This record gives sequence, C-alpha cells and structure tokens, in this order.
Amino acid sequence: MTEDTITAEKLGIIASHGSLDSAYMPLILATTAPALGMEAAIFFTFYGLEILKKDSYEHLKIAPVANPAMPIPIPNIVGVLPGMTALATHMMNDWISKAGIATIPELLDLALEEDVRLIACQMTMDMMGIDKDELIDGVEFGGAATYLGYISENAVTIAF
Amino acid sequence: MSETPDEVLDASGMACPMPIIKTNKVMKSMQPGQVLELIATDPGAPSDVKAWTSRTGNTLVDSSHEGEKYIFHIRKAG
Repeated sequence: MTEDTITAEKLGIIASHGSLDSAYMPLILATTAPALGMEAAIFFTFYGLEILKKDSYEHLKIAPVANPAMPIPIPNIVGVLPGMTALATHMMNDWISKAGIATIPELLDLALEEDVRLIACQMTMDMMGIDKDELIDGVEFGGAATYLGYISENAVTIAF
Repeated sequence: MSETPDEVLDASGMACPMPIIKTNKVMKSMQPGQVLELIATDPGAPSDVKAWTSRTGNTLVDSSHEGEKYIFHIRKAG
C-alpha cells in the first residue's frame, strides 16, 4: 500500500462508561488512529463524562462488584465492603504502572496534542448537572447531530 | 542489517500504543528513504509495526528478536 492510497478515514467512538478500565479503550484507539493516518473523535456521554471531569479524570476507579473478570477474583459479597473499590483500583493502577501502560491523564494530553476531538454530550451534561467549566480544557460540546455529522463522512465507529 | 540507521528509537518498556505513536512521531521528522531502528519490548509490536507500515506505506526492511527485545528497521516512504 502506498501513501497516496490512504483515504480520509475517520474513527468515531462513543464512550459511555466512566470506570478506569472503560476509559482505556476509547483513548487507546483514538490516540493511535492519527498514527495510521486517521482522524478520530470521541463522543463522551452519560458516565463517560467522568473521563473528562477535572476532579475525576486522574482518579477513575475500578468496580469490584459484578466484575467476575478481575485478575484476582473478588466475590460480590466481599466487593460491597467499604474500601474494596479503592483496593481494586489500587491493584489495577499497580498493574498499569508495572506494564508500562500510559495513564489516563497522559492519554488525554496525547489525544489533545493529536487533535483528537473530545466531544462532551451537552444533553447528558444538562441532565446530570455538569457545567462546562467542570470539564478539562480542550473539550468541545455538542449533541447527537455533532457526532453523526462527524461520522457521516467515511468513518468507522465503535461504542464502549 | 548492514546499513547504519539514520535514527534510533528505544521504546523498551512501553506498552501499546506508545511504541507506534512514538515511531510515527519520529518518522515524521525524517526524510524519505531514511531508516529508523525501533527497539521495543511490547510483545504486540511485531503485529502492530506490520499493520502500521502497511497502512502508512513505510517499508519494514527487517525485524529481529533478541531476548525480550524486538528490533525493527523501517524505511520511510518517499
């Protein structure tokens, strides 16, 4: 494949979950897309907005309850105990660090540096009472039409 | 590879997707025809480098594996 056959493909991702593990999939794919000559946009909606909140993006958590796939299984009856979310999150952060994986703040910085569009769903923000200034700088605000307008031209899309 | 690379990128210890993102960044600063030596320890690197070169039109000249290290020589398209 030669360079001139690259088409103006785009990657559109919907991020609707706000746990630490859920934040990785959209950010890893969106930050890699530009290296393959693709534009990328992430539409953050519902709990996905947590990934963009100034006071939470550095402290996203892992849910130990109803998560049978934890590398160290935590029974639900134990997972509900106080401190278990913090423990599971601590364990996950430890694995992330040991494996040399970029942090969520690093991936957000990279996304902005690469001109990945980070679109916060205005409708969900209104519903959940989230103000624009609660979100990190560089985020844009829009609704369904903003996202559909973006993906309507030669995009592949993924939802998380 | 007998040729001396024009640039060397050591991405040892970095996990997906950083080796590819860093490779792409360094490649942008290079001239067509120049060769980058990429060193990575990410076991996904052989597959990812192949996919990245095929997508970007750069050439994977050769690749080798020494212990934990994967070494790739990539020639910039021109």
